[in-house]
Amino acid sequence: MAAISFQSVTKSFDNAQGAFKALESVSFDIQEGEFFGLLGPNGAGKTTLISILAGLLKASSGRIQVQGLDVQTQSALVRRCLGVVPQELVFDPFFTVREALRFQAGYFGIHNNGDWLDELLEHLGLADKANHNMRQLSGGMKRRVLVAQALAHKPPVIVLDEPTAGVDVELRQTLWQFIARLNREGHTVLLTTHYLEEAEALCARIAMLKQGRVVALDNTSTLLKNASSNVLRFKIDEQLPTDLAAQARITGRIVQFPAHDAAQIEHYLAAVRSAGLLAQDVEIRKADLEDVFLDVMGAES
Amino acid sequence: MTGWQALFYKEVLRFWKVSAQTIAAPVLTALLYMLIFGHLLEGRVTVYESVSYTAFLVPGLVMMSLLQNAFANSSSSMVQSKMMGNLVFILLTPLGPWSWFAAYVLAAVVRGLVVGLGVLLVTIWIAPITVVAPLWILVFALLGAAMLGTLGLIAGLWADKFDQMSSFQNFLITPMTFLSGVFYSIHSLPPFWQQVSHLNPFFYMIDGFRYGFFGKSDVSPWLSLVLVGSAYVLVAGLAYHLLRIGYKIRG
Repeated sequence: MAAISFQSVTKSFDNAQGAFKALESVSFDIQEGEFFGLLGPNGAGKTTLISILAGLLKASSGRIQVQGLDVQTQSALVRRCLGVVPQELVFDPFFTVREALRFQAGYFGIHNNGDWLDELLEHLGLADKANHNMRQLSGGMKRRVLVAQALAHKPPVIVLDEPTAGVDVELRQTLWQFIARLNREGHTVLLTTHYLEEAEALCARIAMLKQGRVVALDNTSTLLKNASSNVLRFKIDEQLPTDLAAQARITGRIVQFPAHDAAQIEHYLAAVRSAGLLAQDVEIRKADLEDVFLDVMGAES
Repeated sequence: MTGWQALFYKEVLRFWKVSAQTIAAPVLTALLYMLIFGHLLEGRVTVYESVSYTAFLVPGLVMMSLLQNAFANSSSSMVQSKMMGNLVFILLTPLGPWSWFAAYVLAAVVRGLVVGLGVLLVTIWIAPITVVAPLWILVFALLGAAMLGTLGLIAGLWADKFDQMSSFQNFLITPMTFLSGVFYSIHSLPPFWQQVSHLNPFFYMIDGFRYGFFGKSDVSPWLSLVLVGSAYVLVAGLAYHLLRIGYKIRG
């Protein structure tokens, strides 16, 4: 049985310009124990899909099952299985960290689970903040509490909607170690993130959404293998000619060209030289998930 | 502890943590009304024979504070959670409409009763009162607090912003409580305004409540009980319906 099964999920919103389709017939399954990545640019529908999964929104059509239970008709049972970390940095300013966690477990009818809450505080680096009011915490600390709250009832399926947005390196490390441990212990993880290196490192399988449709769905390793290309990367001080720049990915001084073979690499380097420019720190590397992502998102647009 | 009890406890702790604002302030306000109106009008206004004006004022002020604070509790909690986005923590739980209803309304009842008791304790030093029928006092205190707590929940679900919430409070709740006979008996009004007052549900809550203290009221407490009770069933039904369909809280 799939941990999460999305079946032709469609969602349209009515706005001033008429109906807007946020999701169009999205279907895929996430198996129990998987670490699954849901990627896509802003506005692709990731958060809408997660909101429908969490019961915060209703799908226009289609259905979602969590461990065989229907999200709409068996919502109370589904919510017991799900731990959702919302994307927005929200908090209740009246309470301390420990109170927030106790209440969250309490809403699920769970009490006397102090050991588990202590473990959460410990592993998320919140132990010394347990009795601080939520208002006193920095943004990164509030984000940790959001994760802890989602896990307070120890759900078998964990959904993280961009949990590392605006979070420092240290927390990202701590968080991923902990989530990876929970995954090894059998928890299913669904993750959306903008950090593609995180997704590449953590997720065994990936779906990519674009304008509300699934445009890629495969094992991470297969996605990387199929993107047969290499990447030519160098630094340059001047501006590239426009025809070359159009084919490149430019980040400040860094220029990257997707290249399928040696001939193509030679072609780019020759073009740079004939423009009278000097390419420095030249290297050739294997394509990574970011390249695959840009490739998929660039296609058929 | 079951789920709704956790939510109830959270709602109580929420106002308890800021009790200077949520309990002490309304008690002080009622005390000021008592001192000023009592001082100005004592001996000039006779409402019932054998009941001094200040004594008449006590139950009215207690009930007014109780009603306004029950309303404020559920409405401000709901609007604040919606605006801050932390309502999501409750939306993600298995708590159903009855759990939400019970938790928000009962916490509002607790706040209303605590404030009402506070007002009673500070005002009876100024005007000793009698208690003729304590059961009537309890019944109308509970019913009034539940009514306003439930109305507050509805208003909190409906309002998107604090200013919508405060218009609800300033243009509906406050006028209706002030015009319900807190400071006067409606028998002192011209016949037309007496008729209008009979259409105000808040009048019956205060009138029935006052009966418990003096054994005197403008209408029979039984009539008040039936009218307030029926109104409550309607209001509670509406609140439950809104929670069930996730009105303005689930898309």
